[in-house]
Amino acid sequence: MSQSSDPSESSTPSSPKDSISPKVLEVCNVSKSFPGVKALKGVSMHLHAGEVLAVIGENGAGKSTLMKILAGVQEHDSGEVLVDGEPVRFKGVEDALAKGIALIHQELNLADNLDVASNIFLGREPLKFGLIDTSAMREASNEYLQKVGLKVNPAQTVSELTIGHQQMVEIAKALSINARVLIMDEPTSSLSQHETEQLFVVIKDLAAKGVAIVYISHRLGEVRELANRVTVLRDGENAGDIVREDINHDRMVKMMVGRDVSQYYALEPRDTGEVALKVDNLVTPQHPKHTLNFEIKAGEIVGVAGLVGAGRTEMLQTVFGITPALSGSIFIGDQQASIQSPRQAIHHGLALVPEDRKQQGLILEMAVRENMSLASLKRDQKKGFLNRSKEQEISRQMVADMKVKTPSEMQEVQYLSGGNQQKVVLGKWLAMHPKVLFLDEPTRGIDVGAKQDIYKLMEKLAEEGVAILFVSSEMEEIIGMSDRALVMHEGCLTGELKREELNEEAVMQLATGATLPSH
Amino acid sequence: MKKIYGILSIFIVVCVLTAMMSPSFATPFNIERLILRTSLYGIISIGVAFVIITSGIDLSIGSVICLIGCGLPWLLIKMSLPLPVGLLIVIVASVLIGLLHGLLTTKLKLQPFVVTLCGLLMYRGITRGFTGDQTQGFGKLFESLRWIGTGRIAIPGVPLETFGIPVPFFLLLFVTIVASIFLNRTIYGRYLLALGRNEQAARYSGINTDLMIILAYVICAGLAGVGGVLFILDTNSAQPADFGNFYELYAIAAAVLGGCSLRGGQGTIIGVVIGAALMQVLRNMITLVDWIPTHIEYAVIGAVILVGVMADEVVKRVAAARRAAASKG
Repeated sequence: MSQSSDPSESSTPSSPKDSISPKVLEVCNVSKSFPGVKALKGVSMHLHAGEVLAVIGENGAGKSTLMKILAGVQEHDSGEVLVDGEPVRFKGVEDALAKGIALIHQELNLADNLDVASNIFLGREPLKFGLIDTSAMREASNEYLQKVGLKVNPAQTVSELTIGHQQMVEIAKALSINARVLIMDEPTSSLSQHETEQLFVVIKDLAAKGVAIVYISHRLGEVRELANRVTVLRDGENAGDIVREDINHDRMVKMMVGRDVSQYYALEPRDTGEVALKVDNLVTPQHPKHTLNFEIKAGEIVGVAGLVGAGRTEMLQTVFGITPALSGSIFIGDQQASIQSPRQAIHHGLALVPEDRKQQGLILEMAVRENMSLASLKRDQKKGFLNRSKEQEISRQMVADMKVKTPSEMQEVQYLSGGNQQKVVLGKWLAMHPKVLFLDEPTRGIDVGAKQDIYKLMEKLAEEGVAILFVSSEMEEIIGMSDRALVMHEGCLTGELKREELNEEAVMQLATGATLPSH
Repeated sequence: MKKIYGILSIFIVVCVLTAMMSPSFATPFNIERLILRTSLYGIISIGVAFVIITSGIDLSIGSVICLIGCGLPWLLIKMSLPLPVGLLIVIVASVLIGLLHGLLTTKLKLQPFVVTLCGLLMYRGITRGFTGDQTQGFGKLFESLRWIGTGRIAIPGVPLETFGIPVPFFLLLFVTIVASIFLNRTIYGRYLLALGRNEQAARYSGINTDLMIILAYVICAGLAGVGGVLFILDTNSAQPADFGNFYELYAIAAAVLGGCSLRGGQGTIIGVVIGAALMQVLRNMITLVDWIPTHIEYAVIGAVILVGVMADEVVKRVAAARRAAASKG
């Protein structure tokens, strides 16, 4: 993510020469279909030892299908997959693992009730007299933990680790089976800036040792920093390859989307109105030692930056009534409001698009329409009965306005892509016409096209007078979208940066606890 | 409607099989009894369905039936309370029990399994206590009240001695219609289905999930109370030691057969009623058919429920696989 490193520095990878490095993995003209949909139509790619290959594309482009085939989760219909020049067909994950190909999912696959060592050796535990040799297992794990630079006790329960550390455990696990190809699917979506940088160090290190890495990400800045090459997929087909020297943001986006995308974010200054939300000496239950003070005006987009654990989500949840404040006051407009539950928050015109859309934002088994209306059922009710016509109207309008890609409004949202799911969550709240909209990591795990849609939507709402407060771990997003940015550190608001002052260094200073010289 | 084709077909098949295997099945008397028992078990099954939809469970239903079923005659006869007072007390008792279950699971975050298991033990114990473990009944008294349980309404053109629709059936009809409308057409029904699938997301969307869950437990205990009254009116003799024993299992089985997943967020009221009917026809089949020994009743019922649920799972997976592929790539 950092733009300060010179591409010619030794810390960045240099392209391995084709004639020297063998092709560890090759995909030739592979196709895969599911009932009703052709996910892959003759896709090809190759990978050398020690190479970092980025695979990018919008959601639905076929990236995850391709990765599942490589990892043994699915079988391809036609074409060839070659490992070290020999054709293979994986019937299951064990086959892929046996050939040294490991997939690290976006949603981690760890048994979080077990300890680190048990996870690393899951299914291959060292035995002594038929029982698990725990001490040998823990000793052996240390070797792999060292390789990924993770300093944790192998006896520690995984659920107690941060997501960043959990991810490192997954990588350590892949290394312990001598993975020669590591496929990483959106690895940084739950990581803070700092953890992302740590991960990059590990990836570059592994590449230098000869491990081939396939890196799937929507964060093009990361691709630019890490990748030797980029393969672009679009609608199940190859849309181009880019070598390191030619990697740039616009080119990648253009290939992914197939059309010219001139600007990621709009940068016009906005007119703001009255104070929409004011928070006065608010104390959250999770960080009782700090008080929060800030205000947002109507029509403003305020970003909240900080490292993981800074307390940003907790702050949103307190103002929204999920974990009510221990003390302090909240003012909506100029009226003081008592917010002890989400119901009350909604009553006062607040809305929250939560961090975890699957667990907190959506009822996955319910249809698009039913999710869209969930918050507004009470308002639109006919004496306790469902107002089906209003529900249909809202759903139709939102799907059209926000371009939600779904076969029908009755489709269960669990089958939608991440970006479209997020649009459904947004649609639910927009149907309530909120005065203040909170967004917690609104574009996490979402493809470029959908991200743009959400940014445009945020701007449109701001123009209509909605006050927007959004939490993000993506520096580009904070810098690009915010009129003002608040920065938090360990539960405390360390500072505020106006648009002119917004740069990565300033944000990082405040996010790591330093305070800027008074300005 | 699609959701009940499965259970409806199984039900029809079992009815036809039983009719073929035993001449006593399709007689007016037997059908009358079947309708009566379906009505009684159907009402309590509908109650537990609400709780199961919230992904909870209520194991105390049988004991509530015991408490109310033994309590009502005891109040009216042993304590000589007037009828309205007696009825009011049992209604309040049922609602309070539901409130207790609901409050303990929502405010104290206790597990429904544990709370209602304790209820199962306590309510029966309390009943055995205040009745002195004596059999309760109305004897020859309260004939007009008893008509609600034992009366029959004639179909035009058919003499009452031959066949009449048991009065509780109309109660079942009423409860089914009200419950179905509540679940499918009101915002509260939608709230219950949503929170049953994902309580957190429901709460984040502004739904008062605690209140809805408490409501579900009150409905369940309330309908169990109604069931208790109907059961005693029918049998007119209740032993506190075993009145209502295991009834919760029949209720839960009917709910599950009717499409209520124990994971919550699913179910149709009609399905539950058909499930209850199926259970009663199965029991009937075991009793009437000679070569099925009656002592394997539980085994047969258990097996049928298992097969029914398995078939349901398989169908769901096939449908899900199709839809998943249609959307993503």
